[in-house]
Amino acid sequence: MRNAFADELTRLGDEDPRIVMLSGDIGNRLFDKFKTRHATRFFNCGVAEANMMGVAAGLAMNGLRPIAYTITPFVTARCLEQIRTDVCYHEAPVTIVAVGAGLSYAGLGPTHHSCEDIAFLRSLPNMVVMCPGDSFEVRAALRASLRQEHPVYIRIGKKGEPVVHRAPLADFEIGKAITIVDGKDVCLLSTGNMLPEAVAAARQLNARGISGRIVSFHTVKPLDEACLRQAFDRFALVATLEEHSRIGGFGSAVAEWLVDAGIAPKKFIRFGTPDAFFKQSGEQDFAREVFGLSAHHIAEKILQAMSGK
Amino acid sequence: MNVSVRKAIAQTDADTLQRRAAELRGRIVEMSHAAQAAHLASSLSCADILTVAYWHVLNVNPQRPGDPLRDRFILSKGHAAAALYATLAMRGYFPLEELATFCEDGGRLAEHPPANLLPGVEAATGSLGHGLPLGCGMALSGRIKGEGFRVFALLSDGENNEGSVWEAAMFAAAQKLDNLCVIVDYNKWQATARSDETLMLAPLREKWTAFGWNAREIDGHDVTALASAMQPVPDGSGKPVALIAHTVKGKGVSFMEDDNNWHYRAPTAEEVVKARKELGLS
Repeated sequence: MRNAFADELTRLGDEDPRIVMLSGDIGNRLFDKFKTRHATRFFNCGVAEANMMGVAAGLAMNGLRPIAYTITPFVTARCLEQIRTDVCYHEAPVTIVAVGAGLSYAGLGPTHHSCEDIAFLRSLPNMVVMCPGDSFEVRAALRASLRQEHPVYIRIGKKGEPVVHRAPLADFEIGKAITIVDGKDVCLLSTGNMLPEAVAAARQLNARGISGRIVSFHTVKPLDEACLRQAFDRFALVATLEEHSRIGGFGSAVAEWLVDAGIAPKKFIRFGTPDAFFKQSGEQDFAREVFGLSAHHIAEKILQAMSGK
Repeated sequence: MNVSVRKAIAQTDADTLQRRAAELRGRIVEMSHAAQAAHLASSLSCADILTVAYWHVLNVNPQRPGDPLRDRFILSKGHAAAALYATLAMRGYFPLEELATFCEDGGRLAEHPPANLLPGVEAATGSLGHGLPLGCGMALSGRIKGEGFRVFALLSDGENNEGSVWEAAMFAAAQKLDNLCVIVDYNKWQATARSDETLMLAPLREKWTAFGWNAREIDGHDVTALASAMQPVPDGSGKPVALIAHTVKGKGVSFMEDDNNWHYRAPTAEEVVKARKELGLS
């Protein structure tokens, strides 16, 4: 995802002179092309995220389109007040891109995990929250964010994740979820880098005779209410999948929406990380195993729920 | 004190600025009384700085508050909102009568300034340590877009406690933002204690110098010195400018000067009369 981000950013930099790239001393060599082509619009802001976010707001308040980028906890929790006050209060069109979201950087240790950021960011007025599911969605989300006149948060994974879509997403829209595969028994609403797990889980379910619709719910705020309404109306079971805490994330947003919409779900499972830190050494796949977020866990739990009456 | 007067202003101009500063202080005292709002002493402390900025230094037109080429003034010490509001109203950004709505329900004059409500308020401030990073972004945008405006950010001395101030200081120096000027309202007090006894600020000019700024100390109540120091930004050094303005908290009203009770206290009607008299106002 991060290579797709850097590549798309370079293209957008060619097209739009308002784009200014701010990096928190991260992405060694990643932005070389952008730097070569737009030397006056790339700034390494150092390991000083509070300032970087304030600078981004100041640039955006004066007509530019800054993109502030570093590892997820540092570009969210570390400078949350700057995001709240400088960016969101002023409705400054800053695009915040967080790399290594969720457990993508599990192996880097606990300071680099981020399973709380959706909760932080979606509570902020004026903020759009996007969690693209593969590299095509990363490109489309970045492009779409620059058509907004509001702050946008884009939460991406690492590099080398499976690509789910087959081609560029020409009709991608913020707040409009994408059905990857249709099905009739269960509906898997996946946000962010869980999309490949959702695809794998659906395959496993299919082998057990359960047909699953897979939806890439790339925008957590605003929610695609039409998609949700249809899913809860049509399917015996709806599940949300996210590499984020079950507190305050995508599943929480859907649960809140259900209550407000007065809809009683038939069966609703929220897959996400527990209210706990991941305290071991280990890469992302291992962390997903520990937290029950691997495809086989998802498939098993859904099978259980479907047969459990 | 390292005071170099490069572009002295005429004595008549200085007299006019001083009279305006006195009027500004009178309005601030009245607003604090009417709203029973805190931060009176902090507002009085920076009255001369605001006066010189808005009547002598800034290239601004109150009729066109959104002019992209205007100089930006960020009241990073947002708790001095009364001083900013009174300045903007006296300068013609909005009617003077609106000052009577300070802190009123449904009004535009909150105790710390919101942005996008009042013409002339560049940013919502009050949480300290935000104005300088914002100012860096604005100064950088001016450079990127080839717009020649300048950015002035007024910080409190207590605000120098915030790490984000020093993050921004290093950023501005690295980017050589010579269109950026920080003024520190150095009244030696913060909300509840002496600044140096809270987090050691001294030596403050040396700190800013060490962070790569062209830093100078001035008398923050001397309108001529302020005008001479602020007007030449950018000053040709290729560095951002830091003016360490020595001030007195509560300046202009004898019974408030250097008495930190007035950080939170609001004056009674009798005290308003007494203060206005001291300020030479009827």
